[in-house]
Amino acid sequence: MDIALADLIFYLFASITVASGLLVISAKNPVHSVLWLILAFFSAAGLFVLMGAEFLAMLLIVVYVGAVAVLFLFVVMMLDINFTELRKGMLQHLPLGGLIGLVLLGELLTLGVAWNFGDNVAQNVSAPTPTLTDTTNTEALGHLLYTDYIFVFQTSGLILLVAMIGAIVLTLRDRPGVRRQNIGAQNLRKPADAFKLVDVESGKGVSLSQKKG
Amino acid sequence: MVEAFFEWFPTTWLGLFLGIEQTSAFYFVAIVLIILAIVLPLLISVAFAVYFDRKIWAAVQLRRGPNVVGPFGLLQSFADGLKLFLKETIIPAGANKGIFLIAPMITFTLALISWAVIPFGAQMAIADLNVGILYLLAISSLGVYGIIMSGWASNSRYAFLGALRSAAQMVSYEVSIGFVLVCVLMAVGSLNMTDIVEAQAGSILNWYVWPFLPIFVIFFISALAETNRPPFDLPEAEAELVAGYQVEYSSMAFALFFLGEYANILLMSAVMAILFFGGWYAPIPVLDFIPGWIWLLIKTGFGFWMFAMVKAFVPRYRYDQLMRLGWKVFLPLSLFFVVMYASIMVYADLLPTNG
Repeated sequence: MDIALADLIFYLFASITVASGLLVISAKNPVHSVLWLILAFFSAAGLFVLMGAEFLAMLLIVVYVGAVAVLFLFVVMMLDINFTELRKGMLQHLPLGGLIGLVLLGELLTLGVAWNFGDNVAQNVSAPTPTLTDTTNTEALGHLLYTDYIFVFQTSGLILLVAMIGAIVLTLRDRPGVRRQNIGAQNLRKPADAFKLVDVESGKGVSLSQKKG
Repeated sequence: MVEAFFEWFPTTWLGLFLGIEQTSAFYFVAIVLIILAIVLPLLISVAFAVYFDRKIWAAVQLRRGPNVVGPFGLLQSFADGLKLFLKETIIPAGANKGIFLIAPMITFTLALISWAVIPFGAQMAIADLNVGILYLLAISSLGVYGIIMSGWASNSRYAFLGALRSAAQMVSYEVSIGFVLVCVLMAVGSLNMTDIVEAQAGSILNWYVWPFLPIFVIFFISALAETNRPPFDLPEAEAELVAGYQVEYSSMAFALFFLGEYANILLMSAVMAILFFGGWYAPIPVLDFIPGWIWLLIKTGFGFWMFAMVKAFVPRYRYDQLMRLGWKVFLPLSLFFVVMYASIMVYADLLPTNG
């Protein structure tokens, strides 16, 4: 691919990301906001692919777009919140939001400067990042995550598990009097348990037991 | 595939006659031509898939099925397509117009772009990605949006309920599909679709369906749920939701949903063939002279036949049963199989050695 073409595609994805990011906060309809957010995720994944980080790009789509944003959309669609009411105070909070944005920008700039002009630049540049021709980046990430960072990786997994169980425990309520389907019991039920065959003599009738099964 | 075409075509007599050189402009044309070479046959096979689906369904129920248009009714789908094409697109007054129209396009596009990574033979995929299987997973997880957006934008309770059902169902069953994929990937040692097929080279005995039979069953049932096929077609349950998320759609917008749905079913059949039935390889090496894509076609057809049969003879699930099956049966079961297969591979020293 030409360098110029790669640049062009980068600017295309980058401008879509920024524009949809702006539309997330300015769209009137909250459902539209979430849809713009999804577009932002999607074009960010495109940027990842452009940098050769295909594994991260796919993961971004699977996790954020496929699961997290679906839940966002669910909540936003189901809740009946008057968003125009909430939006009234937006101008008051704008300075605070802007301040946070500026702080984030400053941090990013500091990071960029440190990465490019810091003392250990040479060390960073010569970091053992295998090239794409040697190994795929799924493999490279796997080698790193499951050797050097195995404890951090497993701990974060464990924290997520605990959080998940916690959320389930908090929302689980045992409602008495709810009739639930017990598929095992249904399958174990034999015809003999449910009814019996009776020879009825003509003119006599049968006495039925009162128990209902 | 694109690279091969790019290098090969200018050397043919037609390429020489037209004076085509290996420029970036021609590369662009080559990509478009290859995509068309996949998409056009795909759309035609979707039309025939609909026909076969109806024929199989009819045969199980001792009916004739479509038999009027063309010989044996073969042209029925095209007649239906023409009818839909000529009808008026009706947009409900309360609908959110933009999203209402974008939703079917998204569904249809997503159903087509997944085919980019399907290898039809050795070196015969539009894009032979390193993360091919993750790409498929990503695209299928995007598929939810076409449905949610259509349900929400229709501004109808039936459509909305159908969309919510569908979204919950697809998200739930994606989890077990993911674990099934993990099992297969552990045996292959790569996320690349071509590598997955090549790991099953040899004869029918090397196909993954034998060692992975239990997870193949899980995959097949999850694929039914993922594509909203009966017995899991709750999103469009006509008895309770009229037609679910499609209820407000007419003419081409409906046709796009319909085509997308069947293209997705064919895709799932193809993925099943690649993961478990050796992709483009012949069942016995003697038959290798038959081109690989024909084998893949036959295997995909077999997968589709199973989809159609299930539709014919399994009654529809209830929604709570569907959710129970997904979260309480398949999730623990597939998780267990991941651990089991991993342990077997570690202790029997069967792991593919990747450096």
